Amino acid sequence: MKILVAIKRVVDFNVNIHIKPDGSGIETDGVKMSMNPFDEIAVEQAVQFKENGEANEIVVTSIGSLKCSDTLRTALAMGADRGVHVETNSHLEPLCIAKTLHAVAVQEMPDLILLGKQAIDDDANQVPQMLSTLLQWGQGTFVSKLDIIDGMAKVVREIDGGLQTLQISLPCVISTDLRLNKPRFVTLPNLMKAKKKPIETVSLESLGIDPTPRLDILTTSAPAPRQAGQIVNSVDELVDRLRHEAKVI
Amino acid sequence: MRTLVITEHNNTQLDLQTLGVVNCAAQIGAVDVLIVGSQCQAVADHSAKISGITNVLVCDDPLYANPLAETLSALLYELADNYDAVLAPSTTFGKNLMPRLAVLLDVQQISDVCAVIDHHTFKRPIYAGNAIETVRSRDDKLIITVRTTAFQATPVGETKEAPIQTIKAVPVTTPTTFVCDDLDASDRPELSSASIIVSGGRGLGCAENFSLVQALADQLGGAVGASRAAVDAGYISNDHQVGQTGKIVAPKLYIAVGLSGAIQHLAGMKDSHIIVAINCDPDAPIFKVADYGLVADLFKAIPELAQALKQ
Repeated sequence: MKILVAIKRVVDFNVNIHIKPDGSGIETDGVKMSMNPFDEIAVEQAVQFKENGEANEIVVTSIGSLKCSDTLRTALAMGADRGVHVETNSHLEPLCIAKTLHAVAVQEMPDLILLGKQAIDDDANQVPQMLSTLLQWGQGTFVSKLDIIDGMAKVVREIDGGLQTLQISLPCVISTDLRLNKPRFVTLPNLMKAKKKPIETVSLESLGIDPTPRLDILTTSAPAPRQAGQIVNSVDELVDRLRHEAKVI
Repeated sequence: MRTLVITEHNNTQLDLQTLGVVNCAAQIGAVDVLIVGSQCQAVADHSAKISGITNVLVCDDPLYANPLAETLSALLYELADNYDAVLAPSTTFGKNLMPRLAVLLDVQQISDVCAVIDHHTFKRPIYAGNAIETVRSRDDKLIITVRTTAFQATPVGETKEAPIQTIKAVPVTTPTTFVCDDLDASDRPELSSASIIVSGGRGLGCAENFSLVQALADQLGGAVGASRAAVDAGYISNDHQVGQTGKIVAPKLYIAVGLSGAIQHLAGMKDSHIIVAINCDPDAPIFKVADYGLVADLFKAIPELAQALKQ
């Protein structure tokens, strides 16, 4: 089985973001960037499939600036075999990302595509579903358990009321949720070894993708702040305030 | 502008979050409501009483007993021609479905809309709600998922307001088959529509202690929530998770117990009307958003609270 994993370079999940004073976006200069945590889970799943003999090749792909190659190196150090970097400095929307990944998938023809269910920067949660539609492959989103049995993916999905089980023929697109696995740490020796693994760079244009945005971002602002609350001294005071001040119980 | 709202339901009851979507859609244009299911006439009859809507469309077919995103998107694609905007709640149902429709129509979907500025301009949260983006669409059609906690529910009246039209199923072959649902069967109110929520975090220490949270929720007639840490530790199932990647809630009263308040959790509950935090760590970030904070050992405070509420 050949697996394609799509990963995104995002502001590290531990960073407190700063909105640019002119409202033109989020400050990313000099900010720590990392692999989107959901995509790390996707890479880990692929590596586990390779370790237990179910996969023979893992290709990772990322779309974005020159720096995305760092993110691809991390995935290679985790155990992926080679990288495809679609280089662009344009800000791409999910629709365009899905079309780009579609083009990469058509070239690579994997049996399985794994990617995080959402990126923690734009929180859009669209690309896996769009990619599955473009490829006309089966779709398993928000997956917390994944087994490949006789050319079928048996997936357990996290849905609002609990869990849902689906069976999907390969090839298919799977988006990973938090509880699928715990990604491994990247060790220095593996990072060194990963430097020898190949990363192919392709341009967005060579894939025939038009990066023109469909949405104009007019402004980025801070959410309405919550007023600082008060510390109460006892349970009795708390109940009294909830009853007579807030009037919520 | 004509809009279509995709309802979420279980074939007998309308999910109340749909009513927030109707409110959002009504700010864009006239609203038709679509019910797709199997033996879902009761939902259609109820939906016809939603205040201010124009039409109810029903597609009642065994094909949609356990609908997949693949089958639903094929049906929606046929209907979308008649509408300027198609909206669904930003639940796992809506998130799973709507990007498929968007890409079929070659439209850039707008996820998690929390305010309508004008017919093409919307606000949406990014970075776990730590920033709000105002976006204007250049597309001819709008595909939107709605952050339902940001919109008041449109009322449902006593009498039928809108005619019910029946539409035909669109059969498609899919590589995906439904196997089973494993749903939480408790009698407690649903997390996303409850007016009171008691949520627990890792401070509870173990699954057995989580019953303290459940008992308090039951006493208040509320729902049970949890932080990601508590779910990951196995204290409670995933469908109780509140936060950036779990459910977004905005109850009248949110009581956070033994829960530090990571930004990913705050993203899911900071629009609650009143927030109470009970935690032994006075520096826990949850206190920064709490209206009332109690620095205390929860194992003492919760039983005391249960007692005080009885009086």
